[in-house]
Amino acid sequence: MNNSLTLVDKIWYDHVIMNLDKDIDLMFIDRNFQHEMSGSVSLKCIQNAKRKIRNINLSFGTLDHVLDTRQGRTDATMIPGGTEFIREFRALTKSYGIPLFDIDDPDQGIVHVIAPDLGIALPGCTFACGDSHTCTVGGIGALAWGIGATDAEHVFATQSLVQVKPKNMRVTFKGTRGKGVSAKDLILYLISKAGADAGIDHAVEYAGPVIESLTIDERLTMCNMAIEFSARTGIVAPDDVTFNYLHDKPYAPKGKVWDDAVAYWRTLPSDPEAKFDKELYYDCVNVRPQVTWGTSPTHSVAVDDVVPDPIKAPDSAIRLTMQRALDYIGLTPGTRMEDIKIDAAFIGSCTNGRLSDLREAARILKGRKVAPGIKAICSPGSTKTKRIAESEGISKIFQEAGFEWREPGCSFCMSGGAGGEGFEYGQRVLSTTNRNFEDRQGRGVRSHLASPATVAASAILGHITDPRKFGE
Amino acid sequence: MEKFTVINGISAPLMRRNIDTDAIIPGNKLLKVSKTGFGDSLFGNWRYIDTNLTENPDFVLNMPVYRKAIILIAGTNFGCGSSRENAAWALKDFGIRCVIAPSFGPIFYNNCIKNGLLPVVLLENQVEELAEHVTQSNKKLVTVDLQKCEVTSPTGLKYQFTVSQVYRDMLLEGMDPIDATFNFEHEITAFEQNDKPKRPWIYQY
Repeated sequence: MNNSLTLVDKIWYDHVIMNLDKDIDLMFIDRNFQHEMSGSVSLKCIQNAKRKIRNINLSFGTLDHVLDTRQGRTDATMIPGGTEFIREFRALTKSYGIPLFDIDDPDQGIVHVIAPDLGIALPGCTFACGDSHTCTVGGIGALAWGIGATDAEHVFATQSLVQVKPKNMRVTFKGTRGKGVSAKDLILYLISKAGADAGIDHAVEYAGPVIESLTIDERLTMCNMAIEFSARTGIVAPDDVTFNYLHDKPYAPKGKVWDDAVAYWRTLPSDPEAKFDKELYYDCVNVRPQVTWGTSPTHSVAVDDVVPDPIKAPDSAIRLTMQRALDYIGLTPGTRMEDIKIDAAFIGSCTNGRLSDLREAARILKGRKVAPGIKAICSPGSTKTKRIAESEGISKIFQEAGFEWREPGCSFCMSGGAGGEGFEYGQRVLSTTNRNFEDRQGRGVRSHLASPATVAASAILGHITDPRKFGE
Repeated sequence: MEKFTVINGISAPLMRRNIDTDAIIPGNKLLKVSKTGFGDSLFGNWRYIDTNLTENPDFVLNMPVYRKAIILIAGTNFGCGSSRENAAWALKDFGIRCVIAPSFGPIFYNNCIKNGLLPVVLLENQVEELAEHVTQSNKKLVTVDLQKCEVTSPTGLKYQFTVSQVYRDMLLEGMDPIDATFNFEHEITAFEQNDKPKRPWIYQY
């Protein structure tokens, strides 16, 4: 009998409080990290129902979704109604004693950026948050997924969730990564090949030598977009890279507890004989820098390729989806991606707003200027990221190149939902974010997804550009 | 939570793939610290042509025959993307009780269950056939029976579906999901007591 288990199986079984029926379990949740948009609703409902928070020491809050990113920001938000979320969440977290990374806290930032950076997310822990990109922290080996406000309420009240056990899927990257190919390019390539629904019902482990060679920041980027092919979550097995990253983080264990934790974490990687329900393999030799042409992250091609033709789609449903995407995005098949002019460039978000992302963009921006007329914006992923970037002179490079240097938050990724600071109708934005959906960055805004290097290079030339032209 | 047993009513086909929760309710329509009052914002950017809420006559839910739809039929991966529960709340507020699709975004699926909104998974060819029969019929009436786990098309065709027993019971009885879990408080405490010495780093920092 094969008793081999996957990474996800091991974490899963260590958190099963009880089996409820067949594949559905009551799961213990180690970390409940909420933000002002969804968390305010959850806590208000907890209060209205006169329920208690079961484990305050496993609960955390941050402000990221609604608040502005302009310098000198306050509780006042550009988007009407935003202030209520900030103030309700602040008051409710305070009344329940839940720690909050408030607007002026040196650790404030986008939840998926600060959770691993503070060591609140840990390998082998179950981690829930009211945001779909919670899967990001799979990059340090946490089993993490996004939940709605009612499920967040459920975690606050019971420290548990009722969950169907996901099937196991593994994506293995073979070969060697080409120079100038980023983690963002790998994940966009994967989603373009596998499809926007390839991960449904599955937890996805990224594996293979290429993944093992990635930094934690790169793994976080890969896991961030697991939800973009509708996977339950994405995860990378914790290893020495993970432990080196975590060992001095403020919330990470210390001393003997750290040693015990590492010993446990080393048992988590999938057993060699573990069986996966679905396996995909990609050879990195085929991966070039990617950019999206349509309105789903699966609509991605190499930056030196052309806009695809719906006529060549494998079936009529895909053809219709592609045609609709082209109508929205305002492009015609056969256009070289590099011939597409852009109106704006955005660097930031939970996908690519970490220090390494800003450093990579700064390498290209240094001593250069963005093309005339381009609205270029950088919003670092966290206050700490911003602070270090400023001390390293990165902010100066961005600003001298013509970028606006902003405060951290989700705003520009989900215009209107957040600070209401989006782009204008019809504008074409090249963005390091994760969603190129219709209207995602503002009504009628045409979003193209790419890596920080591609966005920086393209901002300089004013059109979509292969970043390898600016070195590797 | 509202019980879901058997419903019979108008069914509206919206046969696009990968309809994301940003499309179901746009980001700038989420701004109420509340779980209700989102019905007018459902499919906001598709349903209206401007910010004065002028209706787009071509959008399915604006067509007279579909205005009172209680069932939505959609393409694969419905509700993908953002975890905003407002997507489920907006559908519910509009009057939708059930969405039938070949597959659903994972977070949206869970959010539906918690709000008495039934997500029904059928095979892609069944969903296409059902949508076609609804389009061809005059009254657009479909029955969804959670007791029998069965969908009946306007032409009388029957499709069986499955839903986890735990979720089915919750919906049939209209159970509050949090109250249901409170029944297991003893088990949760036992888990914690057993787990704390094994993984102290989770509980102390």
